[in-house]
Amino acid sequence: MSEENVLGNEAAVTTVEAAEGFFRKLLSRDEVQNTVNWGRKWSFFQYPFVTACCGMEYMATAGPRYDYSRFGAELPRFSPRQADLMMVVGTITHKQAPILRNVYEQMADPKWVVSFGVCASSGGFYRNYATVQGIDTIIPVDVFIPGCPPRPEAVLDAIMMLQDKVSKERRPLLPVVR
Amino acid sequence: MSKVALDRLVEKFSEEIVSTHDRHGDDTAIVKTQKLVEIMTFLRDDPTCAFEMLTDLTGVDLLGVEELRFQVVYHLYSLSKNHRLRIKVELPEEEPVVPSILEVWKAANWMEREAWDLYGIKFDGHPDLRRILLYPEFEGHPLRKDYEREQRQPLIPAREGREHL
Repeated sequence: MSEENVLGNEAAVTTVEAAEGFFRKLLSRDEVQNTVNWGRKWSFFQYPFVTACCGMEYMATAGPRYDYSRFGAELPRFSPRQADLMMVVGTITHKQAPILRNVYEQMADPKWVVSFGVCASSGGFYRNYATVQGIDTIIPVDVFIPGCPPRPEAVLDAIMMLQDKVSKERRPLLPVVR
Repeated sequence: MSKVALDRLVEKFSEEIVSTHDRHGDDTAIVKTQKLVEIMTFLRDDPTCAFEMLTDLTGVDLLGVEELRFQVVYHLYSLSKNHRLRIKVELPEEEPVVPSILEVWKAANWMEREAWDLYGIKFDGHPDLRRILLYPEFEGHPLRKDYEREQRQPLIPAREGREHL
């Protein structure tokens, strides 16, 4: 379908073809090409649901030495309406569980959850009447980060793992398109 | 550790004191519950004792070990004189009630609520004795020795395919 190239380069030459190429790339199933997933994985807006000591390591990861801003994930949004990545940092008790569930449900799709630290992943060393033994009993979790607290390098590794997961995802672009 | 405060207490309230000791350097007095508020007020106001601060108030469950099942332990500290005192009160299982020392030290407010929440020890005269650490729907007093260890009371049910461990 290519016509005579008036500009002298080998890129898609007609506007129609360029437009088709753009949308094809946008919606393609190929992980490298999919622009939407690319955009999503490099712009996580976190909701740091921090309850306990892991918050210190979370802050350290945000600081200049380990810096998750390199991943485009810098801005924490303290409103679930404006966030797409919820990082559950610290121990969740049964008293806190309905609040966590509520906040998770207020987030709009697409949303991901990272369970930061052993307390959020499995209850940690609090095997007792008060602690939720892993937040995956109440909300779906994408990545678990073990550690008490996890090293910032582990957190960055988890963000990279989540990026791999996001780039492989297939979600509808709009409810009507699919 | 100087026994000044303990001696003053014994001198003033000899009938109320069940026993005293100072093992490991900790001055301790076990007292009866009847005149507890008066004893505490004396310990706070007396110039030799001068215990301005209640540092801790906690409960103990001695199920199967002691005849009087519950104890309430008060740790007092004097900022001006730098000495400490421990007061213990022994309570029976059927009626674990002790007068509240809220008027003496305000710090007792939340500490007594915690003892109620976790042990079920009632504080007579406390204006707002309700749970502080656990949620109102929780049943039972978890730090009692007969609370089943693996019992769980979740507020929201587990997701499909998962269970609350």
